[in-house]
Amino acid sequence: MTLWCPFDNFPAFDHPGAFVQPIATPRHTPFYEFHRAAGGRLIDFAGFEMPVRYTGDVREHRCVRGAAGLFDISHMGEFEVSGPGACETLDRLVTNDVSALEVGQALYSPACRPDGGIVDDLLVYRLPDRYMVVVNASNIAKDFAWIREASLPGVRLKDRSDETALLAIQGPRAADVMRGHVPPAALDLGYYRFMIGPMFGAEGVISRTGYTGEDGFELYFHPRDAERVWTGILSAGRPHGLEPVGLGARDTLRLEMAYMLYGNDISDTTNPLEAGLGWTVKLKKASDFTGKQALLDQRAKGLARKLVGFSLEGRRVPRHDMAIECAGREVGKVTSGTFAPSLERPIGLGYVEAGCAAVGSAIEIRAGEARLAARVVARPFYTQGSHR
Amino acid sequence: MGYPEDVRYTAEHEWARLEGGVVTIGITSYATEQLGDVVFVELPEVGRMLEAMKPFGVVEAVKTVSDLYAPLGGRVIEVNSALADNPALVNQEPFGEGWMIRLRPAKAADLQKLMTGPEYEKMIEEHQG
Repeated sequence: MTLWCPFDNFPAFDHPGAFVQPIATPRHTPFYEFHRAAGGRLIDFAGFEMPVRYTGDVREHRCVRGAAGLFDISHMGEFEVSGPGACETLDRLVTNDVSALEVGQALYSPACRPDGGIVDDLLVYRLPDRYMVVVNASNIAKDFAWIREASLPGVRLKDRSDETALLAIQGPRAADVMRGHVPPAALDLGYYRFMIGPMFGAEGVISRTGYTGEDGFELYFHPRDAERVWTGILSAGRPHGLEPVGLGARDTLRLEMAYMLYGNDISDTTNPLEAGLGWTVKLKKASDFTGKQALLDQRAKGLARKLVGFSLEGRRVPRHDMAIECAGREVGKVTSGTFAPSLERPIGLGYVEAGCAAVGSAIEIRAGEARLAARVVARPFYTQGSHR
Repeated sequence: MGYPEDVRYTAEHEWARLEGGVVTIGITSYATEQLGDVVFVELPEVGRMLEAMKPFGVVEAVKTVSDLYAPLGGRVIEVNSALADNPALVNQEPFGEGWMIRLRPAKAADLQKLMTGPEYEKMIEEHQG
């Protein structure tokens, strides 16, 4: 049995039992013991021992689409950026417009290299007196160095990752789960808005963000409150059908929404324009930013390749790095692929030559000797989500 | 945890059960735990000759994919058509209703070369360190 695996950060699974090989020096989130107690199957993700699933990927996926799920995403990194010049520093680093943020608003943005390649995709939260930047776990060290390097005089940068627990509650019933345990105002916040307030007896950032396409919350708080918040959410959520959900379903949920996974769909060698993230690139914002010239040049020249979503007619599943063919010629590679539980069919993302990127284009995915018939479709794949 | 002792095992996590000159083949509960939810099983056509330890099909799970290897050589006489509509049977009953193919073995004695339940269990434990 040769196991293939979905995340770049996984070790190579070329031998049986690889999933359970001990990690050399595994890191743990504050919820590690709860994952074990809940029967979570633990795997290495970006150096953290994280639950890939508790019961089953499909069950957990449907739980989030139909009710609510609880995700531990504390492996992600949080930086605090403050002092005069904090806004300008961030605006010079990311493609989206930080200066336009109101207090209580969050922003999704890529950060680019000078050549336009993506350093990371991240969230910027504007707090009253500072910014919180949330980055991918695999990029914490790289991003911290990247921001420190670019910091203007007077800017204070702190890595708060080890002092921050992060849970996501996602699903159409998420607000019902939270009602009575967060301020009522938190239930009325719009998408990508947040507030600071009490939550399940702790205090922290209550954010209306997520990675699933459903309504939901992301809660940032101190790890000393890990137990009371985790158990509080589980017991408040049980009547609403909430269950803990692992990284496996997190990936199928985000992929149905065609949200990017850094290291798979976007990386140092892809730029936001070809990834379809042009809506996050504010070429006209006041501040100059790293990669701007490269992206302007790209736009003037036209894109050679584009990230597309595709859907398959058969049951075989496309996987990361499989070749994409068009009219018998290789035109790109699959970056993410899965069986989509909500659509009950295989879907994928991949870069293809611009000539094959139009919705409706017929393509083929090469899976060993087999060629899987596929068609470019509109993104997102799943359009019934409850997020506002 | 214990694996059934009326079947023999491969290092690739297939099992084989000999009954009345016919060998039934599937994958083990350990394999299904590794794979996660199975969503599709690609099986050979009835009548095809299989070579021992060569791939005969593919099992697709949500997050993983794996080739299936023939525990021994022989001619396929039946495939489990129930898996087409309900691939989850592989997760639910890997040693029962989740079987994959039946074949008429070229040499039934080859079954003795495969691992016994306790041997397979020992191999798994060693992998888990």
